[in-house]
Order: sequence, then structure tokens, then C-alpha cells
Amino acid sequence: MFGPLTVKPKNSKGDKTGSWRTLLRPHYLHKNCIACRMCLMICPEGCVSGKEKNAFSLDYTFCKGCGLCADICPKKDIEMVSEESKREES
Amino acid sequence: MKEFLEGSHAIAEVIKSCQPGVISAYPITPQTHIVEDLAQMVSSGELKSQFVNVESEHSAASVVLGSSATGVRVYTATSSQGLFLMQEVVFNIAGMRLPVVMTCANRAVSAPINIWNDQQDSISLRDAGWIQIYAENNQEAVDFHLIAYRLAEDKRVMLPVMVCMDGFILTHGMETVDMPEQDKVNKFLPAYKPLYKLDTADPMSMGLLADPDYYMETRFALQETMRESIGYLSEISKEFNNVFGRDYKDLLVEEYQLKDAEKVIVAMGSVCGTIKEVVDEQRAKGKKVGLLRIISYRPFPYARVYEALKDVSKVAVLDKSVSLGAYAPIAVEVKSTFFGKKKSPKVISSFVAGLGGRDITAETIHEVFRRLSAKEVNFEFIDLKPELLKEEYGE
Amino acid sequence: MENSPLFKCGHTACAGCGQAVAARLVIESAGANTIIANSTGCLEVFTTKYPETAWGVPWIHSLFENSAAVASGIEAALIYLGKKDTTNVIAQGGDGSTGDIGLQAISGMLERGHDILYVCYDNEAYMNTGVQRSGLTPFDTNTTTSPVGALSSGNLRPKKPVPEICAAHGIPYVATASAGFPQDLIRKVKKAISIKGPKYLQIHVPCPLGWRHESNQMLPVAKMAVETGLYPLFEYEFGVITARKQIVPKPVEEYLKMQGRFKHLLNNPVEIKKVQDVADSNIKKYNLKLEAQG
Repeated sequence: MFGPLTVKPKNSKGDKTGSWRTLLRPHYLHKNCIACRMCLMICPEGCVSGKEKNAFSLDYTFCKGCGLCADICPKKDIEMVSEESKREES
Repeated sequence: MKEFLEGSHAIAEVIKSCQPGVISAYPITPQTHIVEDLAQMVSSGELKSQFVNVESEHSAASVVLGSSATGVRVYTATSSQGLFLMQEVVFNIAGMRLPVVMTCANRAVSAPINIWNDQQDSISLRDAGWIQIYAENNQEAVDFHLIAYRLAEDKRVMLPVMVCMDGFILTHGMETVDMPEQDKVNKFLPAYKPLYKLDTADPMSMGLLADPDYYMETRFALQETMRESIGYLSEISKEFNNVFGRDYKDLLVEEYQLKDAEKVIVAMGSVCGTIKEVVDEQRAKGKKVGLLRIISYRPFPYARVYEALKDVSKVAVLDKSVSLGAYAPIAVEVKSTFFGKKKSPKVISSFVAGLGGRDITAETIHEVFRRLSAKEVNFEFIDLKPELLKEEYGE
Repeated sequence: MENSPLFKCGHTACAGCGQAVAARLVIESAGANTIIANSTGCLEVFTTKYPETAWGVPWIHSLFENSAAVASGIEAALIYLGKKDTTNVIAQGGDGSTGDIGLQAISGMLERGHDILYVCYDNEAYMNTGVQRSGLTPFDTNTTTSPVGALSSGNLRPKKPVPEICAAHGIPYVATASAGFPQDLIRKVKKAISIKGPKYLQIHVPCPLGWRHESNQMLPVAKMAVETGLYPLFEYEFGVITARKQIVPKPVEEYLKMQGRFKHLLNNPVEIKKVQDVADSNIKKYNLKLEAQG
């Protein structure tokens, strides 16, 4: 019986770590974005994507709400909002 | 082709014929001659392997782990303390199902430090998930390495194999060995084709964390493969005989003069050569004695041992290692073979001899047969020096 | 939605983990033609809990102290297979697996000249086991095994100089970096990867849980470590310092007050002075002070 534990990345869905957020979630204002990509670079999850100005978004399935993207944004174009606020995202 | 060779050199030659991609080892007596010879072969260009000179046995085992995971055939060798330093990696290699082949030049363990032969080192790693086969002489040691690669890399097995050979007695002993020809090796041992590997063309993660939901099945799979390997050993032995004309039967045990035997010694490794001589001598005098040699210690061939000994009246298990505070390691297996069985020897006595290189002579074996009486004994050390016990330990 | 292909979403690092930021930047900078050998530790646990993996590249974990040796084996196998020229090998682990239990294997890897980048994610304690001190824990840090008490103000010893130990091997490249300076980090990874031979990169990675700061404070904390001189950023090439990040030094108290692990020092000027001495010594040793312009 041969069965080592190995996983191919294509078969890994990842844990839905977005459920970890309890208080705040990042919200893109899409006003002053200069597409510097700092938010994409600093996200510990790697769940930010986008190329054009004011067109970045993130995957709330995985975002843990750490707030690093909002902290690093040089244009203050990401704000941390209450998890309950139900504001329309991306 | 028959050659008169030192055991270590013969091993280096057969490893060369197996063409491992990576060899890594750290020097320890009595393993050194093997890896010195391999280093020389790599240096001269006759062996196209990467030879990684590491800073410890822990790293030697880790290097071959990494290389094996990258999909190449690997080799390492060690002994005694070196094997113990490797221990953590040894378990890891088996758990990751990597077909590493290692020579263990069997040697006593510290303290006190002692470079001479017994089998305490590899015996102590019996639970690691490595197949362990023990050679009686250098012909076997050579042949068992070929069989080890074939077995380890078998897609049904994918377990590491440790070929155990008694330090100095075999590693430094000169014997005539029929060295396997390269074309026959190529026939018997095809190039290694890994089932899975670290490859940027098809990324994969190995060595993951398994929580209680997943861990236990990995250990079950190891145990199952061990059990199944009993059959694979016999199968590969047959193929070996077809190619090389040397018959190791089922590769689990060797029965020597067991027919009608009343007193039988069970032992493992080079000491069996001496035991065979004594058996012949006593048989010539009409005594019904015999030898059951264990070749595969892991997996342990319980069914074969049962068949071989079930009609024998008295069995002496001769261990060259101890499990301090318990019955000796091989004795434990032999005794448990017969628990609750219909047929069983009347006596299974356990003797320990040859620790730290103390010679096991013909007289030692005669003494074992003499002590093998109707009264079962355990923990009996043979060839102790009473005067030393008195002087040093006040006995 | 396109996420990072080499370090995927869904790993279980704590929110705001500096190591997760750095590890992602390392592999994204090194590229897909990379094989990683990872030591036991947070990074291993939070990225590869079966049946999930965050790694888009071939990745292996064996043990706590042997990733440098496993990587050596991978590299040797790649040479044998003729694939080394097209494949990068990275060995990586935390500060404990690097500077304490794995130091011997790393020294062996460096001395043997393998073409491997070793990356140490330095969060300055054994975080995976619950914040015990390591050889790289800074002076006066409160950890679970260097607790503050009547007779102690935390960890008794300064950080072990692992970059210098590595540089002493005369290897082509040794550098320190910080999760607080991601672009500098990316540059150093790319530079290291472009150099043949053994390389060592040590990255300062804040641990919100172990350092006791808010998860969104990862960047300011990391930056302040550099700006006080407590975590100097420099590069060694063949044993000689060739570059450093110069600073206008800020007092160490600015850094200490950001983190719970130094809270006990705040009303203790004697101990703060000792920490300041560590920073001043770094500033002098690495010539970190930016001279006033004009």
C-alpha cells in the first residue's frame, strides 16, 4: 500500500480564511488610485488583484482583514470599514 | 566474475554498478572504506555521481532525502552513532516513502565507545519503516544491495532499504565474491523512474502536516507495505536467481539442517557462518542440531519462522544486541511467533553474545547448545568474564 | 480574479503576518523555476496543512534543522539531471531553525558552495511553539522562556550575528532585509537569485502575535526597527560589506513602545539605555548614520 501525503497546487482550494474577519474589512474607494501596486505587493494572503488605476480588488473569500493594504496605500484610497456595514465592494 | 576483495570495496563496486545519481555520507568507522572507494570512483570519473561531502550524518541522510525527492537514485552508508544521529531523518525518509538505500556497517553503540561489531545500531531503528536485510557474507552483502534498490524502487513498495553487514567482520574481511556483471545489473535493475518528484514542470508539495484526521492512515499504509513486502522479497529473489544464478530462496530466512532437528539456534548476520560449522560438526557426531538464519528482520517473517520451528523441541535465539530491560530483540519476535499457536517449541531460550566485538567462536556456539536445555532461560549473556565482573563490579 | 500563482490564498497565517508577506515576495521574485526546501515552523505549518498547499512551486518539508541539507541534495540531484542551470533552489526557515538548530547544516551548505539561496525569516523567537526565545531574540525581549521577573528584564543576550557568521564563509552574497521595505526585499531576492553559489538572506518579519502589536502595525513596526538601527539592512559580497541602508536614527524607545514584548522597559531608563547601546553599536559598526545634507 503506497500512500505518501503529497498535494499538487492545482488540487488545493485553500482554507476560506475570509471567515476570520470579525471587525473590519478593507474597502477600495477607487478615487485616487495610481496603480502603484503596493496593496497587491504587501497583502500577506496574495488575494489582491488588478492592473489599472482604480480597478484593484480583493478576494473576500480569503482576506483576513489585517489592514496592511490600507496602511501601505500612499493615496489613502483603501479604508477599513466595519464588517457589518455591508457596503458594496469592488 | 570472481574476485578476491575486501567487503567494503566489493560494496563500493556494486554501488557503482547501480549508478546512483547522488551519494552522500559522513565518515565513521567501520563504514569509511566504502565511501572512500566511492569518492575515488567519482574522482576518477568512472562513476558519474554527485558525491556530497557533508558535515554530519544528519545532513548525509538529509541530502539523500532531498536528492531522492528530486527523482534520482541515491546511496548513503553509516554505522553506530552515525545511524543514531541520522535517526530523525531515517524515520522521515520512510514516512515520505523515498526509496533510499543505505548500508549499515553494524557496530556497537556508546557508551562506552566501541568501534567493533554487534547489531545494536540497526536493531535500535527497527521501528523506523525501513526494510532491514542482514548479510551473512560478502557475496550476500553485494547481492543484497542490488536487491535493495530493486525492492525499494518497486512501485508497490517505495520504502527505504537498509542492508546490514557486520562491521569489520564483513566490511574489512577479504573474501572471494562473484561480482555482478554490468549487463546483468542493467537487466535486473532498470533505471529509476520516480512515481513523484520535485519538478518545476509539475509542481508538488511534499512533507505536509497531517493532523489527526490524516496521520494514522499514513502509518497504516507503511505497515501494510511492510506486510506485503514479505511476498515481494521472494518474488525479487526469484528474478535475481534468474539473472545471476544465485538462489536466496524467499530472502526471509535460511533453513540450515532443520529437518529432524531437535535443537536449533536462531541468529542473524555473519555469526551464522560459525554456527553452520558447529552444526556440521555436531551433526557429524549424530546430534540433531540446526540453524534458522533470519535474513529479513523488517518485515519480520513470522509465518516462515513458525513453519521452520513449529516441530523443533528446543530453540536458542542468539542476539547480538539487547533491548535493555526487556527480552532480546530477535528473541521477542521468535517468542511472539508462537504465542497462542497449536504447535510450538517446548523451550525458546534467549542468549546474548558478541557485544562490542567480543568474538563469537565455535566454542561460544557449543556453549549455547549446551545451555539449551529443558529449562528455558532469558537474558543469558554468553562469554562474560567473571573475573572482570568481580573486579570492576563487585559481583 | 487572479491571485498570486506561486503563493496562493487560503493559507492559515495569522492576520498581518510579516513572514507571510516576506515569503510571498521571496517566491514571487524568485519565480516559477524554483524548488523550495522548507524547515519546520510557522511557514511550513500555515502553508501546507494536508490536503492544502499554498505553494505553486515544487516544495518539500522534511525536518526542523535540515532544510539546508535537503536543499543541498536537491541541488546535487539537479546537477546530476542537468537541470541546475534552469532551476533555482531555495532553502528557508525561521530564526530558530536557521540560527540555532540548523546552523550546522547551513554552514555545511555554505562551505560546500552549493548554488542555493538560504532565506531566514527572522521573527526573533520560536513563534510556532508559542514565543520561546531563540538565539536571534533581541536583548531584553519578554518571551515565554525569557520572562520578565524580579531578577530579569527579559532575554539576557543580544541577537546572534548569523549574517556575519554566514559572511565569514566568504560566500558571494549575504544580505538583511525587512518586510517593512518590500521593494528593497524584492531587489535583494532578485540579486541573490542572479548570483551563482551560496547566498544568505535574513528578513526581519514582525509577528503580531509574538511581538504583541496590532496586525495592521506590521509595516510601521518593521520600518522602525530599521530606522532605529536595531535591525540594520546591509549587503555583504564575498565577506565585505558593499551596501547598507542609511538612516537618520530614531531613539529606540520609539520602536520599543510599539510592542508588548518590550512593554516592561518603558519606565526603565537604565534598560532602555542598554537597548540604545545595541542600536548605537550597529549604527557605528555598519556606518548607518545618514549625514545631514548640505
